Amino acid sequence: MSNPMLNDAELNANFAKIKPKMTQSEARIESSRCLFCHDAPCTIACPTEIDIPMFIRQIMSGNEKGAARTIFSRNILGYSCASVCPTEVLCEGSCVYLDLNERPIDIGRLQAHATEYAIRKTLPFFEKAKSTGKKVVVIGAGPAGLACAHELTRKGHEVVVYEANPKAGGLNMYGVAPYKLSNQEAENEIAYVQSIGFKIKTNYRVVTESCLAPKGYNGKTVLLKTLLSDCDALFLGLGLGSSRRPGIPGEEKQNVIGATEFIYNLREKEQKITVGKKVVVIGAGNTAIDACVESAKFGADVTLLYRRSEAEQSAYHFEVDFARLEGVQFHYLTSPIEIFGKNAVEGVRCVRNKLTAIDKSGKPGIQPIPDTDFLLPCDQVILATGQKKQTSFFESIPDLALEGGNIKINNDYQTTCESIFAGGDCVNGGKEVVNAVAHGRDAAQGIHRYLMKEELD
Amino acid sequence: MADLSIDFAGIKAPNPFWLASAPPTNTGYQIMNAFHAGWGGAVWKTLGHPIVNVSSRYSAVNYRGRRMMGLNNIELITDRSLQENLTEMKEVKEKFPAHALIASMMFETKAEWHECIARCEDVGIDGFELNYGCPHGMCERGMGSAVGQNPEVAERITSWVMEKATKPVIVKLTPNITNITAAGLAAQRGGAQAVSLINTINSVTGINLDTMVPNPSVDGYSTHGGYCGPAVKPIALNMVSELYNHPKFNLPISGIGGIETWADAVEFFLMGASSVQVCTAVMHYGHRIVTDMHDGFSDYLDTHNLGTPTALTGITAQKLRNWENLNLNHKVIAQINPEKCISCQLCYIACEDGAHQSIRLPEDSRIPEIIQETCVGCNLCSLVCPVDECISMVQVPTTDQVITWKEHPANPHSVGS
Repeated sequence: MSNPMLNDAELNANFAKIKPKMTQSEARIESSRCLFCHDAPCTIACPTEIDIPMFIRQIMSGNEKGAARTIFSRNILGYSCASVCPTEVLCEGSCVYLDLNERPIDIGRLQAHATEYAIRKTLPFFEKAKSTGKKVVVIGAGPAGLACAHELTRKGHEVVVYEANPKAGGLNMYGVAPYKLSNQEAENEIAYVQSIGFKIKTNYRVVTESCLAPKGYNGKTVLLKTLLSDCDALFLGLGLGSSRRPGIPGEEKQNVIGATEFIYNLREKEQKITVGKKVVVIGAGNTAIDACVESAKFGADVTLLYRRSEAEQSAYHFEVDFARLEGVQFHYLTSPIEIFGKNAVEGVRCVRNKLTAIDKSGKPGIQPIPDTDFLLPCDQVILATGQKKQTSFFESIPDLALEGGNIKINNDYQTTCESIFAGGDCVNGGKEVVNAVAHGRDAAQGIHRYLMKEELD
Repeated sequence: MADLSIDFAGIKAPNPFWLASAPPTNTGYQIMNAFHAGWGGAVWKTLGHPIVNVSSRYSAVNYRGRRMMGLNNIELITDRSLQENLTEMKEVKEKFPAHALIASMMFETKAEWHECIARCEDVGIDGFELNYGCPHGMCERGMGSAVGQNPEVAERITSWVMEKATKPVIVKLTPNITNITAAGLAAQRGGAQAVSLINTINSVTGINLDTMVPNPSVDGYSTHGGYCGPAVKPIALNMVSELYNHPKFNLPISGIGGIETWADAVEFFLMGASSVQVCTAVMHYGHRIVTDMHDGFSDYLDTHNLGTPTALTGITAQKLRNWENLNLNHKVIAQINPEKCISCQLCYIACEDGAHQSIRLPEDSRIPEIIQETCVGCNLCSLVCPVDECISMVQVPTTDQVITWKEHPANPHSVGS
C-alpha cells in the first residue's frame, strides 16, 4: 500500500478548508443580508441557542468583538462548531430565506469570522470568579469536557481535566475531517478556552480496578476512586470508543482499519499517512462519508458499500453530495460477505440485497439476492459501521446506572452517583460537537447547583 | 417606441436624460463619450474664475454592504481656463449639433457674467444654467448657495444674466433653504426660462472612527460637502413637487437628485419635471446606464399610451395636497398571506416595539396574526416584510362620506364647529 502519487502541494490543496475564512468584505456583505428575524428560527435550531441574528448584526456594524462575545457567551467552542457543525440541517437549514428560494445566510462562516477574530486577538471575555474552594475533575478534554471546565472555572471552581490522548480536543482534534477543522485551529481554540485558567492533564487515562487501560496504551493512568476522593464533583465527558467490528470474514487482514482509527491516524499525523489506491468503505453514516472523502483526497478510488438503500443511510444528504463530487462511488443494497487476500486485503466479495419488511430497528430488513456475488478489488478496507460505547468502563463504576449503554442522568446532568455528572457522547450516544458543548455547559450549571447547594439555599 | 425628444424651455434634445454639471461634465472628451452612449444633453461643469481644488474630495455613505447610497463632494467649479472650456464646447457642438449643451456659470460681477455669456453663445451652446446651489467653498466667496439662499440676490443676478443672454436660462436651486418656492419664484421674477433642482445638500457623510476626522479628510481636517445620490431622491422629489404645485410658479423644471434608473426619471416627471439631470449614478456606474433609462422610460410611456415624456409632467404632483385635505374616513388594515409568510416575524416585532401592538403570535404557529380591531393601517408591517405581496394593506369599506380635518368634529377650527 502506498500513497497514490500526490505531492505535498497537491495534498495541501486537497485538504484545504472547505469553508474558507471570510474576507472582511465578504463578512460585511453577507451579514448585511440577514433579516434580523424575531425569535429567530436559526437560534431555535442551534443546540447551544446562540443569538445568531444579534452576532450577525454585530458583524455588520463592524463590531466583531461584540459578535464573538455574543457567540462565546452561549458556546465557548463557537469556532469549532462554526467549522464542523452540520449547519445545513441546523441554523442554516432553518433560515427563512430558504422559504424564499434564496440562499440561506452563511451562518457558519460568519460565526467562524467573528470567533477567529477573538481567538487571534486573545480577547478575554470571561474571567474566573473568586475561588469557591471547590474542586471538580473533568474526564475527557473533548467538547463536552472543555465546555464544562470553562463554565465551572467561570464560577470559581478549581478544575482539572484528564485526557487519555496526547492532545486535548477530543473529536475536534482526532475525529472530524481536517478540511473542516485543522489541528492548528483546534489547538488555538483550546488554548483560548483554557486561558480562563483550568488545568488539562493529557496522556492521563482514568481507569478503575476492573477496567484498566487497553493494551498498548502508553500514557499514565489514574484510578477513578483516587480522583473522587480528592474532589467535590466529577464530570464524565467521555466520547465513544473504538470502531465496531461487523464480523465480516477476513476483517482481521492487514489494511483493514476502523474508520475511527483511520481518522485518528490521519489527524494525529496531519495527513502524513498512506492510503490505498483502491479503498472500500463499509457503512453509510457521516463517519463513513468522512473516511471516503478523506481517502479520495489522497487520490484513492473510493467505493462505499451500504447494505440498505440510499433512503436508509444516516449520513446527511449534503455530505453524500459532497462525497459524490469528490468522486466517491456509492454501492447501495450491497453487503460485503468476505474480505479476501493473502495477508493484506486484495478485495471484497459482495452480494446484492433487496429490502424486506421493516424490522425491530425501525429500518427495513435485507435479504441477499442469490447469484449476485461479485468481487471488488481493493487494497484497503475501512470499517465505518459505528463505534463501540465505553460501556465496560461505565459498568465498572459502582452504582452508575446506564440506559441503553449510555450514562443515565437527571435534569441537572447528575448521574445516579451523587457527585458524578455526565454529558456529551457518553450520555446521548454520539451526536454533534455542538450537542456535546451544550451538555458540558449545562452540566456545569448542574454541578454548580450541587456544589453550592448550601450557599444558594 | 415612444419619441423621447424634448423641447425644454426652448432647449431641444434627443431625450430628457442629461448629465448634471459636475465631474462627469468636466471635459469635452467626457461629454462626447456620454453623447455616444446615449445621453441627450449635458450641463458643462460650472465656468467661473478657475479655482484650485483640494485633493481628497469625495466621501460616501454605504448602507448594509451597498456602496454609495449617498455621495458627498467638496470639489469646486471648473479648475480649467475659460478658453480651454470654450474650445472644447465648440468641438462638442460641432460633433453633436442636435444634443443639448448647456453652460453652467458662476461669477461675481455683472461684467463677468456678461462676458462669459457672450463667449459661450459664440461657441454655439444651447442654454445657460446659473449655479446658485453649490453649498461648499464657493458660497464662502459670496457665490453658489450664498446666492440661492437669498431670493433678492438671486433675482437680481438672474436679471443681469437676462439682460445679455439670448439663449434660454435655467436657474439651479439649492435645497439648503427653508422654502424652495421662495428661490424658484425669485428666479422666475428675474426672468429665467426654467429652473433645475436640487443641487447638493449640506452634509457630513461620516467620521473615521480611528482618527476621529470627518470624511473626506484633507490633511486631518474636513469641510461640509454637497450630498447627492440615491439617498437624496425623496427630498428632491418633494421640492420639485412643491415648486410645480405653487400657483404662481410656471417655469419648466429640470429634476435632479439621486436619479439612477428610468423609474427614478419617471418619478421626477410625474412630480413636475420635464427633463432630468444625472450625476452620481454616472460617477458610480459610467455612461452605460442610460441604455436602460431610454428603454424603460419609453416602455413606460408606451404602456400608458403617452406619446411624449412631458405628457407625464406633473400627473402625480396634483395628487399631493396638504394633510388637512386628506380623507380621515379612509381606512386600511394589514392582511398577512400565510402562504407567502416565511415566518421571520419582523412584522410582529416592528408593530410590537415600534408601532401599535396590533400583531400577535399564535401559540401553535410562527405565522403572525393581525389584530384587526386595533390595526390603524400604518403600513409599517408591510414595509418591513421581506416578501413581496405577503402583507397587503386592505381597504376596509366605510359607508361614511369623505371627511377631512377641516370638517372633522375634533378640529376646534372646523367648518362645522
